[in-house]
Formats: sequence, structure tokens, C-alpha cells
Amino acid sequence: MMGQGRLAAWTVGLAALVALPFVYRDPYHLHILVLILIWSFAYTSWSMMGRFGLVSLGHGGFMGIGAYVTALLWNHVGLSPWIGIPISMAAAGVLALIVGYPCFRFRITGHYFVLVTLALSGIVLQVITATRDYTGGSLGYTPSRTLGNKLLALQFDDKTTWYLIALGVWLVGIIVWHLIDRSMSRYALEAISEDEDAAAAAGVNVTAEKLKITLISALMTALAGAIYCQYQMFITPDTVSGIAVSLQMVFAAIVGGLFVSLGPTVGAVITILLAETLRIGFGTRAVGWDNLVYGVLLVLFIIFLPKGILGSVLDRLKPQRKVPRAHEQEAVQIARPGA
Amino acid sequence: MQAFLDIFDVYLLEAVINGILLGGVLALLALGLNLIFGVIDVTWICYAELVMIGMYAMYFMVQYYGLSYFIAAPFTIMLVAILGAALHYLVIAPLLTAPPINQLLATGGVLFVLQSFATVAFGIDFRNLGIRLPVLAFGEMNFSYARLLSFLAALVGMIAVYLFMTRTFTGTAIRAISQDRQIMALMGVDTRRIYLVTSALGGALAGLAACLLVLQYDVHPFVGLSFGPITFLICVLGGLGNFIGGFIAAFVFAEIISLGGLFSDLEWGYVLAFAFFIVMMFIRPAGLFARRR
Repeated sequence: MMGQGRLAAWTVGLAALVALPFVYRDPYHLHILVLILIWSFAYTSWSMMGRFGLVSLGHGGFMGIGAYVTALLWNHVGLSPWIGIPISMAAAGVLALIVGYPCFRFRITGHYFVLVTLALSGIVLQVITATRDYTGGSLGYTPSRTLGNKLLALQFDDKTTWYLIALGVWLVGIIVWHLIDRSMSRYALEAISEDEDAAAAAGVNVTAEKLKITLISALMTALAGAIYCQYQMFITPDTVSGIAVSLQMVFAAIVGGLFVSLGPTVGAVITILLAETLRIGFGTRAVGWDNLVYGVLLVLFIIFLPKGILGSVLDRLKPQRKVPRAHEQEAVQIARPGA
Repeated sequence: MQAFLDIFDVYLLEAVINGILLGGVLALLALGLNLIFGVIDVTWICYAELVMIGMYAMYFMVQYYGLSYFIAAPFTIMLVAILGAALHYLVIAPLLTAPPINQLLATGGVLFVLQSFATVAFGIDFRNLGIRLPVLAFGEMNFSYARLLSFLAALVGMIAVYLFMTRTFTGTAIRAISQDRQIMALMGVDTRRIYLVTSALGGALAGLAACLLVLQYDVHPFVGLSFGPITFLICVLGGLGNFIGGFIAAFVFAEIISLGGLFSDLEWGYVLAFAFFIVMMFIRPAGLFARRR
């Protein structure tokens, strides 16, 4: 599938990204890049479900579990994040299966699926707030600084290390996206997103396919939460869990482009740069402005450009592209009512 | 031991009654959302944010311009009704033929807009009306007068909507469209006008809820998040678009929150309510009172 040219472009791009921190060392810009990479990974995880019409507002919950379980195990049990992160991912995975299985088994789709997952992120947020004796409640939580081995505690002071870790994690996300894109599951899930009954009649195991993608997506989102926590060393229920975070994922993925691998990354670049520019330009007066712009953009994008920035640009570049898949075609028609 | 049980029972009863009073306001919120969903087939994720804007409107009219509460209330209801119609006209109408998920996400964008608009315009301080209503003592139990008033006003509001829906031509058209949206257009009903009226009515209910909630809670830009999700869950539990289901589900949820809060923190009441919701979704996926097929 992947042509020589594209492979070369990816290799050169990656080499440039790896080399960057050794050439350019401005800590603030590296910080922004690390944030972009971590959030891109989270948004990519969300888009794996979102591109197949499984719109989840529960990913804030998975992210919160990833961040808080890792930090709690470190502070209270003294378990290294190297073990804590897999445990937190497993916890998110189990939760995803517990909620996902009945949802898919009983054909809870559309609005109902969105609202069930919304309840899920609501629960996680409220549990974190309610167990404030352990988690610090809405005041936030800090993993304690290690006095011993920094590698064992996954706590590093220099930005370059974090940049490389975030780059690696992000790359894993993109690779998983491509693996799914080239697997049979993609065709199964596309069939399901268009007509569940027809897909089931054609021999697709609807429940199993949906569960598989949900599990992968939840595990990756939990990993994103844990990495974010280890990098920032400070988490609050509002920054890593809850409905606002879930909506933020939806927003970035849609603005960037839901149906292309780098779409969520483009979304993360745009949203984070926008927030930072506003913050620097307006200082404390900027509180709220970034979300105001996000909100307006989200509405405009859904009305006029439902395939996102990158998706639309790629379409322009390749007008002779193969016949679009039906659910994308639908979106294109909405974007250009006259066509 | 006996004395302990006596006190316990009084608290229990108080919690049960407080739950009923809370249920009234929740039922009003759920009614507005159900109306929108039942007629237009759209979920306004930003519904609670409309209520938040209404609460700010009340706060400014009463605190800054010195209007009396009862004069400010109709203005607030009108303002939020106009907001509701504008939301439909600007955001939902262009998306009517889009996949339903897009409409839901677009209103999610409006949620961001309203929340951050409030942050930018009013700051993140908690504000309250400064009206302190007395506490009603009944035997050994204490009830907040504000809650009682809200409950009664919510009941009156719901009855008014019921009468509007059953006794007027527009109301009948609204109910007819919620049953079959294609045929009604063929029958000569102007669906676009009905959608606008319904959106305004949904907004007006949010405005009424705002007038009542502002008596009990402080206003801040994120106040919507504290009762928005619960409103959606009530509507889904009752069956989206099912008015009676939503009404009953509101009281079920209110009791769970109130009683759960009695035994532990209020947050655990919410956790219980959310967990109950997820379990119920698996037992009755189409809502508590869905017709069996």
C-alpha cells in the first residue's frame, strides 16, 4: 500500500523530529512540543473509535484512570510507574469492557451510546473528587518526587528525554492507527458503522469487533493519561478527566480530520498553539478566550468542513482518489450541498 | 439505640422529601430537553449552559439593576427562549440533514462557547443573588423554602406546558410532528416554524429552571456541568422524547442523589446515580417505559 515516496517522506520527517531536540534546545518550545505529542496520542486514540461512528464521551474517564491510578500506586504503594502504567491501562481496559460489552451486545448506538459514555466520564470525575482523602479532590494531585533512581520513577528533569519519550509514544499511536487501517477489522467496522444488521448478516461479529477497537482505544488513552501525569507531575480531575476533556478530544480530532492518520495530530497542533498564543498575547485576560474560539471553530467545522482540515486538504490534493467510502461521501455532501 | 433510630428516621424522611423537592426542578429541566429531542430529534448537549446564562441574567437584573425578583424572572425566561430559538436557527437548522452525531457535537461546541463567554464576560467568581429565604421547620425536619418554591413553580411550569401541548393548535402540531416528521410536512404544517417554536419553548423552560436554581445555588461559568449530565441521564433513562418517563426518572434520580448523600458525601450520591443509570441502560436500553416490541 505505502508507496516508496511516502515511506521516504515518513523516514525523513521522523529523522528530523528525532534530531530536533539536539539542535534546538529552547525549553519552552520543547515543552509545547511534548504537550502536543502527548495530546496528539490521546486524540489519535479517540479517533480510532470515532472514525467508525463510535462517538465516545467517556475517554476523559479512561485518561483520568490512567493518570490517577499510576500516581496513586506510586505515592501510596511505592510501585514504580513501569508497573503502575500497565496496571492503570489494564484498569481502563477492564472498565471499557464492562461498559462496552453490554452496550454493544444490546445495540446501544447513536445518542444513547454517547450519553452512556458521558455517564462513564461523569462517574470517574465524581469518584476522583469524592475520594479526596486519597486523590486530593479537585485541588489536584502530585506524584511525590523520587530521591532514588529517576529512571525507575519515570521522572526526568530535562525536556529532551521527555520529548523523545512523547515522540515514541506518539509514533506507536500512529503505527497502531495504520495497522488497524490495513486490517480486516477496518472493513468490518466500516460495514458496522453503515448498517449493523447487514454487517451481522454478512458474517461480521459486531460485538467482538466493536469491543476490540474500544479496548485498544481505552488502553491507549489510559497510557496518554499516565504519560501526561508523569510529565506534568501535577494532575487535577478537570485537566485529565471528565466531560470537558472528552469534548476536547472530540473537538481536536474533528478539526484536524477524523479519517486520516495525522488528522488528530494536526488538531492537537492547532488547539494547543491557539491556546498558547492567546495565553501569551492576552495574559490572564485570555482565560476563557481559547475555549470561546474552540467552540466557535467546532460549530463552524461541523457545519462547513466535517472532514477536518487535513482531510479536506488531502481531498483537494487528490481529486482522482478512489471512490470515497459511503459515510465519508455523506459528510462530503453535507459540506457541499450543491454537489 | 432506640433514640438513635428515631433520629435516623427523621433524617431519612427529610432526605426523602428533599429528594422529591429536588426532583421537581430536575423534572423541569428534563422536560425541556425531552421536548427538543422528541420533536426535533436533536440532543442539546449545551442545555445546562443555557440555564447558566439565565442564572447570570437573573443575577445581573436583580443585583445590578435592582429589579425585583418577580419582574426579572419573565425577562430571563424570554431571554433564554430567544437564545434557544437562535441556537436552533444558527446551529441546528443547517445540520438537520447531517448525521445525528454531528448535531450533538455542534451543540457540544456551543457548550464551549457559552461557558467561555461567561468566563470572559463575568469572570470565574461565584456569585449569588443575596436573597436568603427562610428555612421552614416542620416538626423536627428542616426544609429550605427556596426548594419548596422551586418545586411548586416547576410543577406549575410543567402543567402550563401540558396545557399548551394539548389545548392549542401549535401544541397539537408539535405533538404530531414528534410522531411523524415526514407526513406532517405533507399535511401542510410548516415544520421550520414548529421547530423554532419548540426550540423557543425548550429555551423558556431552561429560563424558568434558571430562575428557580438561582435561588438555591451560586452562579459561576461551570455551574452547568454540575447538573447538565444528570439531566441527560434522566432523559435517557426515561426514554429520549418520552415526557412521562422523564418526569418519573427525574424523581428516581433525585431520590438516589438525596439518599446517597445522606449516607455519605454528596459526590457519592452522584456516583450512585450514574452507576444506577449504566446498570439500567443494560436492563432497559430504550428507557424505563419503552414500549415492548
